[in-house]
Amino acid sequence: MTTPQPQAAHPAAPQTAPQAPPHAAPGYWPGTAPAGGPAGPVGYVSPIPVRKATLMDAVSAEWTKIRSVRSTIWTLSVMVAIIVGIGLLIAAGVDASGSKMTGSTALAGGFFSVMLGMICVLTLGVLTISSEYGTGMIRTTLTACPDRVRVLTAKAIVFFALTFAITLVSTALVAMFDVAMLEDQAEFAASGGEWLKVTVGTSLFVGLLGIISLAVGTLLRHSAGAITVMLGLVLAPLVVAMFMYTESLSSVRKALFEYSIPMLLSVFYGASGESSATSLSGWDPLWVIAIAAAVALGGAYASLLKRDA
Amino acid sequence: MIELQGLTKRYGEKLAVDGLTCTVRPGIVTGFLGPNGAGKSTTMRMMLDLDRPTHGTVLIDGQHYRQLKDPLRTVGALLDAKAMHGGRSAYNHLLCLAQSNGIPRARVREVLDTVGLTAVAKKRSKGFSLGMGQRLGIAGALLGDPQILMFDEPVNGLDPEGIHWIRNLMKNLAAQGRTVFVSSHLMSEMALTADHLIVIGQGRLLADTSMADFIRQNSRSYVRLRSPEIERLLDVLAGAGITAVTTEDGHLEVDGTESAQLGELAARHKLVLHELSPQQASLEEAFMQLTAESVEYHAHSAPPGGDPRPVAGADAPPDAPPDGGAAPPGGGWGADWRKKKGS
Ligand SMILES: Nc1ncnc2c1ncn2[C@@H]1O[C@H](COP(=O)(O)OP(=O)(O)OP(=O)(O)O)[C@@H](O)[C@H]1O
Ligand SMILES: [Mg+2]
Repeated sequence: MTTPQPQAAHPAAPQTAPQAPPHAAPGYWPGTAPAGGPAGPVGYVSPIPVRKATLMDAVSAEWTKIRSVRSTIWTLSVMVAIIVGIGLLIAAGVDASGSKMTGSTALAGGFFSVMLGMICVLTLGVLTISSEYGTGMIRTTLTACPDRVRVLTAKAIVFFALTFAITLVSTALVAMFDVAMLEDQAEFAASGGEWLKVTVGTSLFVGLLGIISLAVGTLLRHSAGAITVMLGLVLAPLVVAMFMYTESLSSVRKALFEYSIPMLLSVFYGASGESSATSLSGWDPLWVIAIAAAVALGGAYASLLKRDA
Repeated sequence: MIELQGLTKRYGEKLAVDGLTCTVRPGIVTGFLGPNGAGKSTTMRMMLDLDRPTHGTVLIDGQHYRQLKDPLRTVGALLDAKAMHGGRSAYNHLLCLAQSNGIPRARVREVLDTVGLTAVAKKRSKGFSLGMGQRLGIAGALLGDPQILMFDEPVNGLDPEGIHWIRNLMKNLAAQGRTVFVSSHLMSEMALTADHLIVIGQGRLLADTSMADFIRQNSRSYVRLRSPEIERLLDVLAGAGITAVTTEDGHLEVDGTESAQLGELAARHKLVLHELSPQQASLEEAFMQLTAESVEYHAHSAPPGGDPRPVAGADAPPDAPPDGGAAPPGGGWGADWRKKKGS
């Protein structure tokens, strides 16, 4: 009875239990322990096979959670629509104008739509956990899985995998259109490495940004607040840098500019020309965002472990 | 079996739970009673390791909750009726809980059936009534077929049929040898379901006693007296060493003395009595008296429980429980209350 069984492989065991009519007292499970008198320390032994819950169980639970809420499906659909739709519009526009794309490859056309689509990931990353705090579901979740590290890890795995997959498909589509339509206008031909950066690189980047959102949602617990903070994090550095005219602040300005999310992402697209605006190149943005995600997630684990649910 | 040892929770200045030590045993329904804000829900959250105790520990079959390998198989809990995402269907809500503990999928259908929600399994819980939400919460608690069940005010929002159903459910679960721990503020409700009582007020243990003992000790029988010569009657009673209390409406209430004896006493002193009637206080009244001192949030029209004021022989509290009862931790139940009252 205590033999571990894979979930899919034993439809027989639980189904042999007779179905109880609605509202019946649950005295119907087979193998029921003898009824204990008021003083009897008789334990109850359940007929359902027992096995130790694992991280994979938590992952499949989180997957069920994320796919069974309509707002998730909607937000992700909107994201795909933005990345692919706007990406196509831009490609068509540039193609129609016939203007030369100086200093870049045809893939650069995909940057702007990913930037916009990313907003959906920020929202969804925050909501993945803050909605649990908002509804009280978090208490149910943590009762079912008191290992809080496991809960957050499962959420992070599921959300990262989901955003990575969706971004990968969308960016690959846009890249194909861009190359097909704009190759003749671009100054350089897109190499395999550049293809990889704007698809896999961008998707990893967006996935990690999703992890940061999840972490901020865990730290703040409040949906609107955490979403605002994330939008601020993405947009503020660039805006602030633009208004720093003073010469003495130029190094701060440069750092803010370089490490702002849009500028980091743009490195993958080579959209900023011959590294005139930023000293980062190649896959550097990924390391920057990975470190940021690690720090944020570390903070989220600490907060989740320390605070009352 | 759940063991609480010196469980304490402080929220800033507020001491929500104050050194609670007690044991919840298997095979019986244990009622957890206390007025609003007594700390029942806080205690239950600490049992589930949702809130960290300021001091003290909770052991579930000798383990901390967070050490449980398959928590839902050991403990099933209903906290808030609406502790779920409204956008998720009842089926999916239970499915994700089942998956997180490796419970077979077929079990979801079973519990939906048990609580009578099969027809709305695919509906989003946002549209559920309070009672339906409560049933879904109960389904979640039953999901792992656990040996320990915890319900925080499960009858909230249930219709009479639902209340009847949950009462029987709890009794049957206990009869199967499980530990059933259920909170309520209704003594009358507990009298029908619980075999054992744990009463708290302002976070402190007020009583830890079997239901039978509680009923025996608290269905206080007393004699009600009415007389035009109330002052003389009080003197006579005091002279005979009998404690009487005057109620708000000018009656006298006497504990522990037969009405016959009181009648004869009055006759000997040629006192006119307008009423001499034996009375039986309800359990609800007993509960309210027990917790009277610790009620924080009450309406202003009347003092809770019509708390009688002691007048004669005030050294002995009028409604102190008879001695020789069960001796639970903390020097007998109501000790706290007695102390306060005496001062
Ligand atoms: N998270 C919290 N922060 C601050 N104070 C809290 C918190 N949770 C509970 N309290 C306080 O602790 C006390 C006990 O609350 P609790 O909810 O445990 O009472 P209860 O016995 O369940 O009451 P009720 O019968 O109304 O459900 C209350 O005074 C409440 O204000
Ligand atoms: Mg409560």
